[in-house]
Amino acid sequence: MGAEQIETKWIGKRIVRPDGVDKVTGRANFGADLRLPGMLEAKILRSPHAHARIKSIDTSKAEALPGVLSVVTAKDFPEVSGMADAGEAQVNFADLSRNVMAREKALYDGHAVAAVAATSASIATEALSLIEVEYEVLPHVIDVEEAMKPDAPLLHDDLFTKNVDPKPDKPSNVAQRLEFGAGDIDKGFGEADVIVERTFRTAATHQGYIEPHAAVAEWTEDGQSRIWCSSQGQFAVRDMTTTLLGIDHANLKVTPAEIGGGFGGKTTIYLEPVALLLSRKTGRPVRAVMSREEVFRGSGPTSGSVVRTKIGMRNSGEITAAELGLKYEAGAFPGSPAMAGCMTAFACYDIENAKVVGYDVVSNRAKCAAYRAPGAPMTAFAVESVLDELAEKIGVDPIDLRLKNAAKEGTRALYGAKFKQIGFEETLKAAKDHPHYSAPLGPNQGRAIACGFWFNIGGESTANVNVNMDGTVTVVSPNPDIGGSRASMVLMAAEVLGINPDRIRITIGDTASIGYSGLTGGSRVTFAVGMAVVDASKQVVTQLCERAAQIWEVDVEGVEWRDGAAHPASSNVGDFDPLSLEKIAAQSAKLGGTITGAAAINARGAGPGFATHICDVEVDKGTGRVDVVRYTAIQDAGRAIHPGYVEGQMQGGVAQGVGWALNEEYIFDDKGRLENPGFLDYRMPVTSDLPMIDTQIIEVPNPFHPYGVRGVGEVPIVPPLAAVASAVSQVVGKRMDQLPLSPPRVLDAIDG
Amino acid sequence: MPSIDYVAPTSVNDAVAALAAASGNGRVLAGGTDLLVQMRTGQITPQTIIDIKRIAETREIAESDKAFVIGAAATGVEMSAHNGLKTTFPGIVEAMDLIGSQQIQGRASPGGNLCNASPAADCVPALIAAGATCTIAGPNGTRDIPVEDVVTGPGQTCLSQDEFVVSFTVPKPPPRTGDAYLRLIPRTEMDIAVVGAGVCLTLDDAGVCQAARVALGAVAPTQVLVADGAAALIGSTIDETALNTLAAAASAACNPIDDKRGTVDYRKKVAGVLATRAAQKALERAKA
Repeated sequence: MGAEQIETKWIGKRIVRPDGVDKVTGRANFGADLRLPGMLEAKILRSPHAHARIKSIDTSKAEALPGVLSVVTAKDFPEVSGMADAGEAQVNFADLSRNVMAREKALYDGHAVAAVAATSASIATEALSLIEVEYEVLPHVIDVEEAMKPDAPLLHDDLFTKNVDPKPDKPSNVAQRLEFGAGDIDKGFGEADVIVERTFRTAATHQGYIEPHAAVAEWTEDGQSRIWCSSQGQFAVRDMTTTLLGIDHANLKVTPAEIGGGFGGKTTIYLEPVALLLSRKTGRPVRAVMSREEVFRGSGPTSGSVVRTKIGMRNSGEITAAELGLKYEAGAFPGSPAMAGCMTAFACYDIENAKVVGYDVVSNRAKCAAYRAPGAPMTAFAVESVLDELAEKIGVDPIDLRLKNAAKEGTRALYGAKFKQIGFEETLKAAKDHPHYSAPLGPNQGRAIACGFWFNIGGESTANVNVNMDGTVTVVSPNPDIGGSRASMVLMAAEVLGINPDRIRITIGDTASIGYSGLTGGSRVTFAVGMAVVDASKQVVTQLCERAAQIWEVDVEGVEWRDGAAHPASSNVGDFDPLSLEKIAAQSAKLGGTITGAAAINARGAGPGFATHICDVEVDKGTGRVDVVRYTAIQDAGRAIHPGYVEGQMQGGVAQGVGWALNEEYIFDDKGRLENPGFLDYRMPVTSDLPMIDTQIIEVPNPFHPYGVRGVGEVPIVPPLAAVASAVSQVVGKRMDQLPLSPPRVLDAIDG
Repeated sequence: MPSIDYVAPTSVNDAVAALAAASGNGRVLAGGTDLLVQMRTGQITPQTIIDIKRIAETREIAESDKAFVIGAAATGVEMSAHNGLKTTFPGIVEAMDLIGSQQIQGRASPGGNLCNASPAADCVPALIAAGATCTIAGPNGTRDIPVEDVVTGPGQTCLSQDEFVVSFTVPKPPPRTGDAYLRLIPRTEMDIAVVGAGVCLTLDDAGVCQAARVALGAVAPTQVLVADGAAALIGSTIDETALNTLAAAASAACNPIDDKRGTVDYRKKVAGVLATRAAQKALERAKA
């Protein structure tokens, strides 16, 4: 397949997003907005201890409180087992069940231990204080390296490190060891003129979606259940909830609410099975909504990390060897993105000799969840920082240094993939040519660049395209729209059908209305679900051509579809006026019934995404405060279906990455309790903290997508950690190797 | 949920009576930007809310030849909109304006900021630096005390349970006076001071400092009036030597804690830096 840009009429247009008016007028329904007759309110009792054995739970006083209809604990959940894929991660159902409701032990401050359904939220809250939990408080461990020590408090006495030979005879907090490599690193380091080795640390950071988790659940007498909730995938919510509760998939219909941000954090479940159990016990619909404090204490951040890396280089700038060892916090249960961290670490570069080792480590923190390019920003922080230092040491421009080693078509990445057409070099060249890169800097300002990689995924995807009798079209998408995917789906359908996008309406189907589709995650929806929409739209075009052939009484081969109408393929077919989609649709009943396309695909060939960012900072040397004063993000999008939402993804990723770099961190007290479970002291950037983030979209088409799309949502969070830290290092004169770069840490570096 | 009584008296005396009737379980409501948050999170559970916003004296900003009188429940927006106050004491107005978002500014009040008794209150060091007093009403009438004497510790004031702050009086300063307040927050807004510094100073015709007051916030259990810092400025032209002495005095006056918002060392260092910068800004204003 070629990689040329395809001429298009609608793709690339910045149409108004289909859900925009609903959202700006406040009509859109989010997870907490639904009210059903007789609905109860649920509240969750959470562990005040970082690590404690649950000896007993007495709910009798809470149940006796007027207005309380039911209390559930882990006893109400069946024992489950098994694993399943969920987007870019794996789900272990025994762990998921225990994360949703603590069973033998509470494993972190904020771990759910019981839930109450009552006639009002205030009664439910009061009832929580009447639940008597007898805890045996155990020693706890928060820090990843502390947790790896042989004498560390043990979270799970049945956890034995995987992939270690011989199999360990004692359990530990190290869930898994990963290793892969290529070539001969000793030889490679031997050939190096310069070697830099450093250890980098990042803090756990929360996805920080503005909408807390919320769900309404209703169990009915005949066993058919319904859940309405905000998530990154109604099918994932259905499958996880039914598995945890031992019910059939078909007996739970999950209706997606609008989603106020997820960034990976809503690819798992917390409240849904709890609310459904409470509904089953009470016979009434139950609503559960987390507070912000609960979101911080109980829902997944991404891992804090310790990453050591060593890179050897010739004076020419050629990398001769690279080594990396990472330790990622998984939280209370195994499953940090250690593997993705290992795989992405050197993916931007063509390196002959390399070795990567990773550890997935549990500790007494909330179980981590996916967060935008899970695992990649931490290793990119380490690798890009060391490359920055090497460029300085050998006196080479940092972009030239990367160009010298850049992965390109045909490069085999260390993790195994052989790249097809990719746009990494193009982003580097664009960065070098960008006026930002050569603009003068003011006093106390520094500039750095950093790069990033993300795989992107495809996967199971469905779409329905229905033609209405008036010639309008309805598209049903199976995936929650987080980043503007409705607009992209409409544009792709409009392109295939040849009609104006304002003739197309799109809806997000519930689990009973459309076939299974994977999560909204992995930057996959515009790519994979987009392919399903294109496929379903093409089916519609085929049917439209067949109807035209019927009307004209010619062979279907004699009909071609262009500009939203059937035309005779040549003058040999006959002299017919074009038949528009509207005209054909009006006669659909007579000609065989409704015109409809339904696609179900497993999309392959998601093109990897690459980005190069340029960051300028200004450091207040008296206080250690850092301001990002200019930022440019350059990224290969393959093809920007709706450039506005591509730019939005790029800017959003940068904003989150800057927060990660500068101020976001979890602060625990000496008992392992989270001290900053709110936006006041968990400092995400506010609008005034960021400059206008400039964007430049590069389009090197992905040959596996009909319009060349690559996922764009994740890679923009990969470079900012290193871009910000390296720019600060320029001003401070010292390599900043620990995040966040909070004012006290930066002032310490300045003052020595 | 237990019920809460809400009263909105229209006179100072009625408010005092309502407070007395609540016998320690009443809380004064001005803008509510601290009180309502604390109620929602369950930190406090008052039985009676006494809303003072219908009392004329708490809502006015009055300017006379001698002083500005700022009602305890005047809002940040109203203070920012008062040209006389803004021209004479830009430091006070800017300090108030730093609190919260635009929406919060429509409600938040200097009286609430003082009586919430947070060491990090932004408006308070600026008021102290400007030599403001406050008028406190109680069963025996009113009393006037310096602002720096109100807060006795985190969340604690010298007010008895049937007293409340009605207004602040800021005396009009001599010519060539300037004030400034600066704070350190990791972000640019929507945050709480890690260190705050207010300076108010007066120059003579020759540019020599005749009077000065320096106050710090967020570096001790209460706001700190730094007498040594003021002494370093008085008699000088606010030159480098004076500023260095001021910085050292400010750092020495700190009695901070390590907490999630900052360390002892960091707060001490930055107190010196901000006091210096605030003095330089006040100096510019005094010269203007």
